[in-house]
Amino acid sequence: MEPTCVGTSVLRREGRDKLLGAALYTADLKVPGLLHGITVRSRVPRGRVKAIRFGEGIPWDEITVVTARDLPGPNVVVHIGKDQPCLASEWINHPEEAIVLLAHWDPYLLERARAAVTVEVEELDPVLSLEDSLARRQVIWGEDNCFKAIRIEKGCVDPVWAEAAHVLEGEYATGAQEQLYIEPHIVVAEATEDSVFVRGSMQCPYYVHHALVELFGLPEDRVRVVQMATGGGFGGKEDYPSMIACHAALLARKAGRPVRIAYDREEDMACTTKRHPSRTRIRSAFDIEGRLQALDIHFLLDGGAYMTITPVVLSRGAIHAAGPYACPNVRIQARALATNHPPHGAFRGFGAPQSLFALERHMDEAAVALGLDPAELRRRNFLRKGDTLATGQVVKEDLDLPGLLQQALREIHYEDAKAACALQNASGGPMRRGVGLAVFMHGCGFTGSGEVTLASRAGLEALPDGSVRVLAASTEIGQGATTVFTQIAADALKIPMALVTVAERDTDRVPNSGPTVASRTTMVVGKLVQDAALALRHTLLTSGLLKEPYGPDAFREAVARHLTERGPLEAIAQYQRPPDLQWDDAAYRGDAYATYAWACYAAAVQVDLVTYEATVEDFVAVQEVGRVINPVMAAGQIEGGVAQGIGWALSEDVRWHRGRMANASMTNYIMPTAMDLPPIRVFFQENPHPAGPGGAKGIGELPMDGTAPAVLNAVAHALDVQPRQVPLTPERLMELVEVPRD
Amino acid sequence: MTDRITLSLELNGVPRRAEVFPMARLLDVLREDFGLTGTKEGCGEGECGACAVLMDGRLVNACLVPAIQARDARIRTVEGLARGEALHAVQEAFLQHNGVQCGICTPGMLLAAADLLERHPCPSEAQVREGISGNLCRCTGYAKIVDAVMAAAERMGGRP
Repeated sequence: MEPTCVGTSVLRREGRDKLLGAALYTADLKVPGLLHGITVRSRVPRGRVKAIRFGEGIPWDEITVVTARDLPGPNVVVHIGKDQPCLASEWINHPEEAIVLLAHWDPYLLERARAAVTVEVEELDPVLSLEDSLARRQVIWGEDNCFKAIRIEKGCVDPVWAEAAHVLEGEYATGAQEQLYIEPHIVVAEATEDSVFVRGSMQCPYYVHHALVELFGLPEDRVRVVQMATGGGFGGKEDYPSMIACHAALLARKAGRPVRIAYDREEDMACTTKRHPSRTRIRSAFDIEGRLQALDIHFLLDGGAYMTITPVVLSRGAIHAAGPYACPNVRIQARALATNHPPHGAFRGFGAPQSLFALERHMDEAAVALGLDPAELRRRNFLRKGDTLATGQVVKEDLDLPGLLQQALREIHYEDAKAACALQNASGGPMRRGVGLAVFMHGCGFTGSGEVTLASRAGLEALPDGSVRVLAASTEIGQGATTVFTQIAADALKIPMALVTVAERDTDRVPNSGPTVASRTTMVVGKLVQDAALALRHTLLTSGLLKEPYGPDAFREAVARHLTERGPLEAIAQYQRPPDLQWDDAAYRGDAYATYAWACYAAAVQVDLVTYEATVEDFVAVQEVGRVINPVMAAGQIEGGVAQGIGWALSEDVRWHRGRMANASMTNYIMPTAMDLPPIRVFFQENPHPAGPGGAKGIGELPMDGTAPAVLNAVAHALDVQPRQVPLTPERLMELVEVPRD
Repeated sequence: MTDRITLSLELNGVPRRAEVFPMARLLDVLREDFGLTGTKEGCGEGECGACAVLMDGRLVNACLVPAIQARDARIRTVEGLARGEALHAVQEAFLQHNGVQCGICTPGMLLAAADLLERHPCPSEAQVREGISGNLCRCTGYAKIVDAVMAAAERMGGRP
């Protein structure tokens, strides 16, 4: 009987190759006849293209040139809507919008050629702020600049204010954040009149496949997309790869040769998607005991110039806006607006970090107003089994938020820490200390009926040597998907991991298991892998070729015999919505997610009142993610997410100049180095949930949701100020402390 | 038009030569002329450390080193860490401690770690963090990388 490997920290399957420098990333491909491709982009945020001129001194006849006129089909890169052009033709709607594509074997000539292209644009007044978009200073999208509006209502908030013991208001803002994967966007495309083959750095091969099918008007089996080893994604490679793949394929088709487009860091930062900036207004009512009576929330997102995936970001942000608290009356009005910035997109958390930041800062402000400890205020308001969330979803699991809070407080030594902070802060001197916390959740899988729409498929096939291979489109992007799938399949089949491999993510070979996003890979796709593995095992057992109990050799023999005597052996499972889940998309009511991961994070910070630098000295992350499949990898996800959250909280500031990212360089867009982070202490409480394999829920995005408010709550505690914006850069903190407020 | 030069150097213990432009980046010379694609480009401006290699025993960002400066240098890349099938102690430690996630920062990070342990065989955690502070990692939060380097130090302990 094989020991089970789900629940153990087995080694990363592809780790050795990565450590030897042997893993193949897109830039490592040796492609005979390769041309380089580059993009000529708009320098203005909004306008009308009058002319495109190709200057003197460049051998244009040698260079492949593609404009919107060369498109074989509709000029659209499809996402949710069809409003984003592949190449701008008449109208420019954001800085860095792609207009002309160029290809040649000499990258130095290409740079000179790019500089020699002049795009004459009659500029129009751009909309560069949420305020201007709301006010419709210009209408730049649709009828009213609004990509999507969502309203979530529970009970009735309006009568509550007059009677409530405490009513509070606050407005909170979050800035854009650059995903900053260390490998910039890159793709290699080959294309003929009737076929396209793309290899690249991406999270979702089937999204790219769909975009290419639509752009070129080709049958699905004439387009092939392969994901190469990918150096980080975090959402930044969810939808943008469709654009760069379309560009490379257009050049390849016209040139008749393979084309590689590789963004350098500046282009990647300035042109590709970022986390949606947000603004949230919260009005809350508490009774005399500090229990929430009403939450009235206005949640705004800046979507940039085109819709892309913004409606789904808005959806998740809106649903998470009321947090993990029991509140009888909730109204959430959420809107996503257009501005003339490059479109914003997916970044770990996907709207939830934005709305949860506002709520968790607001809860601390409420604690101050009510004279309660922030932990105690939360304790009095936690959701419990049987309570309802804002959409009316009933909590059906044994939720233990007090337990998560208790462990976090114990690990950060909360009472002692508060006493020590008080002593230090009273002693004068420039160094102040504070401790803060946040409690939050993250819905696992696609929102509402999203998983039903995706109808994901995944499974396994048997190989002649008696081993099995997992077939799924879910990509390995560092999070450990390949290893986790291997563990799940091995355990379900009762065989050693050595007999399980995972197929290359090639749309010619693997079914569409949906995108690698939304904290769904382990829970939703892993469950399909588990179901398929169980089905394959059942087939072997009922075929008479295999009898229990069996060891690895007997399994291999049975598989090999099946292939030679009875033909191919494969099992593919398709997503079925659990029968007890109900969702009404029109009213936005019901079970928004199959389940949620829950967490309490605590931060201890030190602030230097001379430089206004805040340093996180200790960070405790306690969460419940159902069942942990691979402890060391799960901890790795939390640690990485917390690091990104600390960066967002304190230093990752996107500076805009006329709609373009002005600090598009790693020199002055500051992400944390090893010296900027403390050890991150991670703890899991387990509570298996039937939705996932072995009881696992989703984990990837959770750490992003509560880190920033925990850190800012600690700064607020240290300095007795109320920060309401991330990132809380030293400049912003100085202003908060030194500029007198009304 | 500039002429190419003959660049002779020692690469992972083996004498090599190539005809390159004098201002070609060492990063491109390694990847394209010598076919060693283990060294990665993350930013091209010396900020991220993904292109870090050892040059005459010093950690450098290969994207900032012009080929002509590497004449007769001893270069060590990630491909030169393992001895045949046997992983270097830092590689083994990264594997055991999940110090690798997406892997793109890993080659540079391994060389920074190896270089640190040469200079400080018994580093404190603070010294480890400083030693890898020129290598950005977006996936790990550095936590398991620090664990791995400390573990490698212990395993290598006492060796010159």
